[in-house]
Amino acid sequence: MNYRGPYRVRTVQKPMPEILHPEDAIIRVTRTCICGSDLHLYHGMVPDTRIGSTFGHEFTGIVEEVGPLVQNLKVGDQVLVPFNIACGKCNFCKQGLYGNCHESNPMATAVGGIFGYSHTAGGFDGGQAEYVRVPYADVGPTVIPAEMDPDDAVLLTDVVPTGYQAAEMGGIKQGDTVVIFGAGPIGIMAARCAWFFGPSRVIIIDHIDYRLEFAKNYAKCEAYNFKDMADPVVFLKKTTDWYGADVCIDCVGCEAEGNTLQTLSGRVMLMQAGAATAFQWAINSVKKGGIVSVVGVYGPPFNLAPIGNIVNKGITLRANQASVKRLLPKLIDHVMSGRLNPKGLITHRVPLEEVSDAYRLFSSKLDNCIKTVLIPSAKH
Amino acid sequence: MDADPENEPTYPMKNYTGDDHNRINYERSEQQPQTVEILMSNERPAITRVFGTTVPPSGLSGMIRRYAFQHSEDRYRHWIPLILADRINIVEGLIEDIKGGQLPNIIKERGLAMEWKYNRSGVLKKAAGVALTGVILFAILKRKK
Repeated sequence: MNYRGPYRVRTVQKPMPEILHPEDAIIRVTRTCICGSDLHLYHGMVPDTRIGSTFGHEFTGIVEEVGPLVQNLKVGDQVLVPFNIACGKCNFCKQGLYGNCHESNPMATAVGGIFGYSHTAGGFDGGQAEYVRVPYADVGPTVIPAEMDPDDAVLLTDVVPTGYQAAEMGGIKQGDTVVIFGAGPIGIMAARCAWFFGPSRVIIIDHIDYRLEFAKNYAKCEAYNFKDMADPVVFLKKTTDWYGADVCIDCVGCEAEGNTLQTLSGRVMLMQAGAATAFQWAINSVKKGGIVSVVGVYGPPFNLAPIGNIVNKGITLRANQASVKRLLPKLIDHVMSGRLNPKGLITHRVPLEEVSDAYRLFSSKLDNCIKTVLIPSAKH
Repeated sequence: MDADPENEPTYPMKNYTGDDHNRINYERSEQQPQTVEILMSNERPAITRVFGTTVPPSGLSGMIRRYAFQHSEDRYRHWIPLILADRINIVEGLIEDIKGGQLPNIIKERGLAMEWKYNRSGVLKKAAGVALTGVILFAILKRKK
């Protein structure tokens, strides 16, 4: 996969990746997904996205080669690779913040290294390829349990941990009402995972009917289209006895719809780091003293947000890139015991060679697309 | 005296160990050799132990990126030049394609076949809108002449 500019990708033959560091591994990719956050790159929203880059931070594969210092992996292992690149040694990794590694991205300090996610996230080629270089191979890659469906495994690299952490950061308590903005794969997974924490209601808000219908069935939650409401904040106040939700979760990020000023300034004119509509609604819909959890992706510069309301309402704001490695043991257990069914999100399987069609399908939300898996054909 | 170990707003994301107070004095991996130009945030004392090597800066966009990296992530002078460089890089990519004897297949690269297959009415509406705008503009220009 090769990025050629906004809304333009194609497949090309690139040189085989090489071991560049003694803790590297080369992985032959078996499955790779297009993430909703890849669309921000595809739409040209992320600064320092260079022509010729290969995207892809959700992938599984087979270990093809390991560097001399790699001890935990061997050639032939089938692994799932967390989207964040983590050294395992810096203070942040040592404390479980694997999404905030300090030794994987020289180009920025605000974000750790991420596979295939622009030079702002380290300039690594991603997994929408036949082969990929994986740094710190002893830390991130995890051998896939023999009994696990490979389709479940690939979704454990990002979607499931991010959705789970979104709910976890919400600090959901027994009986809470949880509102999730965005019925994309992450929002749907967040809604599903929210139930693990004992709320009485889980509500998901979006503007695309087929996704709301999917969310309602998959996550057993209430689903509402904000285009059917005069004002989603008033709707949410009303449905919570004019109190506000206990927890609001932003799973939308920088390409939100629903507010003309945010859309114009953030998406059309790029005067802010995307449209912060969902974030604004989350702050204004949560109760006083409530918690707002953010996993939606925003660009690095700045956004228009009602900070005054965060202060005046005493809101706790919690946000981070998912710490995939920290969450994997628990999530593998949830999947293996049948409590989570990640592969239920997959609606499309496309050969890697047809990556441009796959991106358009997902970006334009065609054919009721929820989640697309790309399958590299070589040697499989 | 009043410190409450239970009051940890980053729990459970962060397993607080106190290591933060050691700042950057932690054990590190070996250094990846630098074989291509890497632009580094000026908020760092040194390059990270690993880094990506894909698409090093080059051409006019590369010059702009080098300028951007003289400024911290806090400054517009960092991000706005990067966005500008990305746009210039698109043109550089087209030139590179043509120089390499390859005319990019824009329709295929944009996946428009999918749009045609699943959203034909939308495509037709968009095309009609563009055509109508063109006709109106043409008429206005003609009248001015």
